[in-house]
Amino acid sequence: MATETPLVALSDARMHFGAVRALDGVSLTIRPGECVGLIGHNGAGKSTAVNVINGGLAPTAGTVTYALPDGSTGTGPAAARAAGIRSVFQELSLCPNLTVEENLRIPQRDLTGPGWRRRAARRISNALDAVFPGHRIRPKTTVGDLSLAERQMVEIAMGFAEGAAPARLVILDEPTSSLDASIAHHLMDHVKAFCARGGAVIFISHMLGEVFEVATRIDVMKDGKITDSRPRDGFTQQGLIDAMGHVASAPAEARRAASAAERIGEDVLLRTEEGLTARRGEIVGLSGLAGHGQAEALARFFLSRSAGMGHARRPEVVFVAGDRARDGIMPLWSILRNVSLTTLSALSRRGLVDRDAEARVGEDWRKRIGIRTGNMSNNILSLSGGNQQKVLFARSLASPAPIVVMDDPMRGVDVGTKREAYDMIRAEAEKGRTFLWYSTETEEVCRCDRVFVFRNGRISAELTGDEISEQHILAASFEMQEAAE
Amino acid sequence: MADATADRPSAVLSIHRRPWFWAWVASAVAFVATLMLTEGRGGGDLLSAALTFASFSAIVGIGQMFVITLGPGNVDLSIPATMTLAGTLSLKFMDGATGLILPGLAVALGVGLGAGVTNYLLIRVLRIPPIIATLSASFLYQSLAIWSNRGLRIKPPAALSDFTTGATLGVPNLALVGLGIALAAWLLLERSTFGRWISAFGQNERAARLSGVPVEFVRAVTFIGAAALAGLTGYLLASFSGGAALNMGQEYLLISIAVVVIGGCSIAGGYSNVPGIWGGALFMFLIVSMLNSYGLGAGVRLIVTGAIIIAIVAAASGKEST
Repeated sequence: MATETPLVALSDARMHFGAVRALDGVSLTIRPGECVGLIGHNGAGKSTAVNVINGGLAPTAGTVTYALPDGSTGTGPAAARAAGIRSVFQELSLCPNLTVEENLRIPQRDLTGPGWRRRAARRISNALDAVFPGHRIRPKTTVGDLSLAERQMVEIAMGFAEGAAPARLVILDEPTSSLDASIAHHLMDHVKAFCARGGAVIFISHMLGEVFEVATRIDVMKDGKITDSRPRDGFTQQGLIDAMGHVASAPAEARRAASAAERIGEDVLLRTEEGLTARRGEIVGLSGLAGHGQAEALARFFLSRSAGMGHARRPEVVFVAGDRARDGIMPLWSILRNVSLTTLSALSRRGLVDRDAEARVGEDWRKRIGIRTGNMSNNILSLSGGNQQKVLFARSLASPAPIVVMDDPMRGVDVGTKREAYDMIRAEAEKGRTFLWYSTETEEVCRCDRVFVFRNGRISAELTGDEISEQHILAASFEMQEAAE
Repeated sequence: MADATADRPSAVLSIHRRPWFWAWVASAVAFVATLMLTEGRGGGDLLSAALTFASFSAIVGIGQMFVITLGPGNVDLSIPATMTLAGTLSLKFMDGATGLILPGLAVALGVGLGAGVTNYLLIRVLRIPPIIATLSASFLYQSLAIWSNRGLRIKPPAALSDFTTGATLGVPNLALVGLGIALAAWLLLERSTFGRWISAFGQNERAARLSGVPVEFVRAVTFIGAAALAGLTGYLLASFSGGAALNMGQEYLLISIAVVVIGGCSIAGGYSNVPGIWGGALFMFLIVSMLNSYGLGAGVRLIVTGAIIIAIVAAASGKEST
């Protein structure tokens, strides 16, 4: 009957955040009974698409139309709710201090009045029984006492639970990231059954095997657009990976080959517990999907090598933060003091800072790195984001430390600054420094001499030389195995 | 800004922008207001008394300032108990003997260091928040003081008593000690590597750690130093007032925090100054003597003191944001 009316229809939806085009004209329709696999690399626009579909974000341009149960259509978040659009997010969004049944109350606003807990408990129990038969989660348990997998199960069950507006389209964003294979399989079965009953699902996963198992259609996103959309049988796994990528820029590879040979030392300079290795003068990239353990690996390495007083005087490793506000900037200080922080011990005599020497270092780096300011004693926050990032580069590179750890340092930096930073990294590597560089941008990773691809907190591939390509990185980022039977 | 990186020629003109400016203005107003009542008589005595009593507040306040600079949640609530314990044990140790004055000072400083190490270990090893750690430790120190005191009031050595109540070239000796400590603290805070580290720690501990600041060293030295200053103050105060009393530290809990706030230091951490501590310490004494000489009762005195503190903090923070 309703197969003709799409549950949700996006027509040329655009979502711009300032200059960033997170969604750049997406048109898609989802009909009852469909399970759409949505895949794409970091920053392809998947999460934005989800938030536009569920009404959480109003698109900058274009329309999103929902089919309401009474046969009419509507737009906006209220209509999305009435149409039965539910989202289950990748970041666990339950309140850990509330019980399972109390958490259900947050999206389900009709749970009011006497006895709402009883009704909430019944709804969530029924949903958990339906999706994950054999689960042992009680509705009165505090969420904080559940394991990560159990929390994810509760979140998923909430998406399918009975409510004032029955679930008709459930968006699952990386639903199996904490589930083991057998529990994930229960979910697959439930998704298939749900779609067979006329429901619809958007399934986002880096486990391509799972996508192939449940999806009836696969949409590939790249740079805020849907670049390919076919029935599942129209894709092969390799074909999917090819569809996600684009060719790496050739000049970067040429330059890399030219200088790498004489620059990089023979012996392995460092080796971490995850299996990262680096040589003197080498630029080592960390890649893979965001949040798969790259930043943690770098932080662990840095912290293990930088404890104690000896490090303050002669640092062995320095850190360039990408999350400037959280990990880098001293907001009350001048530009100069921000630059000199790591080198302070070397700039001091008998415990007192030699302020002339400090000013010389600051002036030197202002010129070398092009910090655009008239006066280094201005507050750091007077600088633009890109120039603040230059200050953080200067802070680390001003020290003689042989190893430089960089945690996605080009986040939110303009193209011009990026190019300057690339040149600087290369120049410093030629002087013999080793770089560990985590980046969420494949194009940057392709500038490295050696690349480690992370998946689920472990290294899934080590690439060198000509192996470093977007295709190979993508292949190693996504799980290639079929979903466990 | 705390930046002393550029010595601008306009420094004198922009003095009202300094965070400590309002504490000194308030102290001067309170001083003048008190003298107006006496038609100018007794100004020297009032100043001398203010300098003496303010020096106790300033010394503990400087310790507290360094701790508060470490950022939200960092405060040493064990200062009163440490003062009492150091005063009690050092006077008991000296037992009035002039020859034991310096060893007695060492005992007081040792008590302070011990209390500081205990505080730090509670924070670091047991991961107790500083407020709780120092508060619970203060019960321990206070109990030790009660246990060792047993109601006896031992007089300090006469020479020490004379020193603490005396003056050199008209300036009270205690004020000289307090000014000397303030000078050293200023050097440490404004000019030393360690001062930069404390400020970085207070602005963003995580970023400081990632920039190579030895954050655990900074935390340890700060808490231990604050407790050592409390120990020294206990020794001086007990000697000044003719013996240790079990409640001698009581009022310094609020005063040590109040002088930091009045002095224009950021309670959110990372931004402190030493002149303001002395300004705040003088003010805390002068406001009470002013209200006393106007014959106001204890209740009114507390209300007015509170209201003035709020006014100063509001004025200082208003200036800061411009």
